[in-house]
Amino acid sequence: MASICGRLRFALIAMIATASLAHAADGRNPLADDPKAAKAGEYEFRINCALCHGLGAQGGGRGPDLTRAQKKHAHSDAEMFQVISNGIAGTAMPANGTNGQGVGMTDEEIWQLVAYIRSVEVKAPANPLGNAAHGKALFYGDANCSLCHMVEGKGGRLGPDLTSAGGSRTRDSIIDSVRHPSNHLAWGLTEATKEFPQEYESITVVTAGGKEISGVALNEDNFSVQIMDSSEHLHLLEKDKLRSFQKTRKSMMPPYDPSSLSDKDMEDIVTFLFNVGAK
Amino acid sequence: MRRKVGSAAAKTPVRAKTPAQAWKNGASAPCQFPLGCKGFSPSGSQGLKAAKFPPLNAALEGPLFHAIFSVRERMLIILLIAFLFDLRAYAQVTFDRLLNSAKEPQNWLTYSGDYAGRRHSALDQINVTNVRSLTAKWVYQTGATGKLESTPLVVDGILYATAQDDRAFALDARTGRPIWLYQRQLPGDLRPCCGHVNRGLAILGDKVFLGTLDAHVIALDAKTGNIIWDVTAADYQKGYSFTGAPLAVKNLIITGVSGGEYGVRGFIDAYDAATGERKWRFDTVPGPGEPGHETWEGDSWKVGGAPAWNTGTYDPQTDQIFWPTGNPAPSNRGEGRAGDNLYSNSLLALNAATGKLNWYFQFTKHDEHDWDATQIPLMIDTNGKHLIAQANRNGFFYVLDRTTGKLISANAYGKTTWSDTKDSEGRPIANKNSSPTLQGHTVCPGALGTTNYMSPAYNAQTGLFYVTARDQCDIFSTAPQPYEAGHAYYGSAYFPSEDAKPYLGFLKAIDPATGEIKWKFQHTTPTWSGVLSTAGGLVFTGDAEGNFIALDAASGKPLWHFQMGGAVYAAPMAFALDGKEYVAIAAGSAIYTFALP
Repeated sequence: MASICGRLRFALIAMIATASLAHAADGRNPLADDPKAAKAGEYEFRINCALCHGLGAQGGGRGPDLTRAQKKHAHSDAEMFQVISNGIAGTAMPANGTNGQGVGMTDEEIWQLVAYIRSVEVKAPANPLGNAAHGKALFYGDANCSLCHMVEGKGGRLGPDLTSAGGSRTRDSIIDSVRHPSNHLAWGLTEATKEFPQEYESITVVTAGGKEISGVALNEDNFSVQIMDSSEHLHLLEKDKLRSFQKTRKSMMPPYDPSSLSDKDMEDIVTFLFNVGAK
Repeated sequence: MRRKVGSAAAKTPVRAKTPAQAWKNGASAPCQFPLGCKGFSPSGSQGLKAAKFPPLNAALEGPLFHAIFSVRERMLIILLIAFLFDLRAYAQVTFDRLLNSAKEPQNWLTYSGDYAGRRHSALDQINVTNVRSLTAKWVYQTGATGKLESTPLVVDGILYATAQDDRAFALDARTGRPIWLYQRQLPGDLRPCCGHVNRGLAILGDKVFLGTLDAHVIALDAKTGNIIWDVTAADYQKGYSFTGAPLAVKNLIITGVSGGEYGVRGFIDAYDAATGERKWRFDTVPGPGEPGHETWEGDSWKVGGAPAWNTGTYDPQTDQIFWPTGNPAPSNRGEGRAGDNLYSNSLLALNAATGKLNWYFQFTKHDEHDWDATQIPLMIDTNGKHLIAQANRNGFFYVLDRTTGKLISANAYGKTTWSDTKDSEGRPIANKNSSPTLQGHTVCPGALGTTNYMSPAYNAQTGLFYVTARDQCDIFSTAPQPYEAGHAYYGSAYFPSEDAKPYLGFLKAIDPATGEIKWKFQHTTPTWSGVLSTAGGLVFTGDAEGNFIALDAASGKPLWHFQMGGAVYAAPMAFALDGKEYVAIAAGSAIYTFALP
């Protein structure tokens, strides 16, 4: 009799476990704190996520640093599960199994992934410790960042909008982009069916009329190019009507070495971006 | 469309000089049916008859025929013969027609356009002098999302194609309007690798054949899309699926399985086209007691991969199919499967009737970079030699003697760093330091390969092999996984190397005799488009930016382009209708057709 009760209880627990695995009714990872799940999740992560989020989840050129405890799109385990399952509309984050390369994950594997991400989260994130107000002043003032970059609707258009940069990128990768802008060109337009996004390449053309135009590529194919010049004018050009066309992977952004932007000022700007990104 | 019977043209069957002329002549001839030309295509078939039965046509024009029969009788006889042949042409795609596909270039009867895999059309109405005026004729929106990889078939005015999630459909090739639609009800727990893609159909008799993502092979009625038979080839829950277009040979429907990412045991199957009964299976990973079994460590053969997910070619002279195979599993980790891992990454020459192995050639032994050798093996006959050529995913262009399977040459046609030496047969072999590591190790080409599933083309006039190529290097990093049925089984993660940017994409024209690249056309970014060659001296291809492009086959100079609004993941084809040559290609979520105004 006791053994029947025991088995029934076991069956009930198993049913509940299965249900929570599928539906996450309580919003908590059913595999939370299971080190084996986190290990299995690490394999899933390397295969499915690391392409964008980097090995170790510290952010690649493409996806945010996931080791930060504060995340933009997912706070609870259940939200993280939803984000991994369904992707994030309007971003490069695809729904599970739709990135066209990997195999989709089962619910169990997604929970393993969540367990892994939790296991690598830095509880006290290494946030930059600069002066955000001074960083903001520099950004819109002496450092000239806002000539080309927008933050919260204010600033220039030539470079990428940096409103969300501090919320998704690591401190180190932001500093690398400022110090060595040509190392990893920023990504621009991402088209739905296209494998690679447009990058912030620099273009110089001479028109049939002999006019030279330099700017960043908003988009390009073999037959046309769409450019923004440093005065923020758009030039929509057909290549066969140009006298010359040159493209380089040297960013139009000048590299900021420590003599033009001190390490302290750099830290202040990153802190400003982090504060904006955390909103 | 109905036309009047008995015009002058109908009494004088057209005598074809070349297949290309035949379709033109035929296309301008009015209907010959007593009841008018109802049903499918009223044109195109005349050219077919003329091309297929020139002696008969000559007899009908001869003096003896005229002396024996009255005008009325002569007319009735001609009509009767025409009717019989046309019934056959409309209703049945016989093996004989597949063998002689070159005689009816108005149709596109197999995935690659012919059994040799040449993806070359004998149509020449669109050519280097007039291609600049090529214009869009119609567009069909499939409603599917993801990568549309399908090459349509066209038979007597009807276009058959597939789309993602195992859609299949038949369209009026003149207008693009659907005749029937088939959408498979796929199981909810389906998790195929690499998207819910499908590359196309085979047609034989009055049926079209589809391999499905849930690992079934099905036959649909060509006129209605009704399911005629549906057989289970394997268990999709263990990672088996079909994505490639089957190949119809004699009475058999031949196809190979996908699933190299799950640790399946690969196979190539042949089914009776009439009943769906499986006639043979070739296991691409040999079991105990079979030759090649010793190339697998321990029990690794049981989950050894070696899928066969693209479409092979067929040599009627020797009654052999040539079928390429994919990566061993786990795809990016060699530990635990020591040995060459036959018959992964190989070309197999199988007896078409029995599936017995005649010879094999393994391109990449003990692969650790996911370099499936599933590229189309293309048959070339030149100077009395019977060759088979493959631009392989590992970056080398191989030419083999297809009688013996012996390697003739292997030359790099893209950026490769994995092999600096060749073995005694001339086969490139892997450098010691090319294996993935925990920290990651950069190797060129990357996991996606110098080329991939995208179809190449060959034009016997230019003697050039046209193939889409990419220069991209990846960082290969191990991520050891235990095998679990139906779960991903890669053993590695790979990332495009930032240091190797930009990744370059090309259309390359290779001389198979020397391996020399005669010309290359650089895309803005790498493309997944296949290539079509035509007798008009053109090659057609698509790009990731959504352009459909025609180039001079001799020089690679782009002559025409059209922006389709979505990236290309499919290969183009050509057909003819109403005396007009069409080229067609899938892009974005749609199928586009083009013709001269």
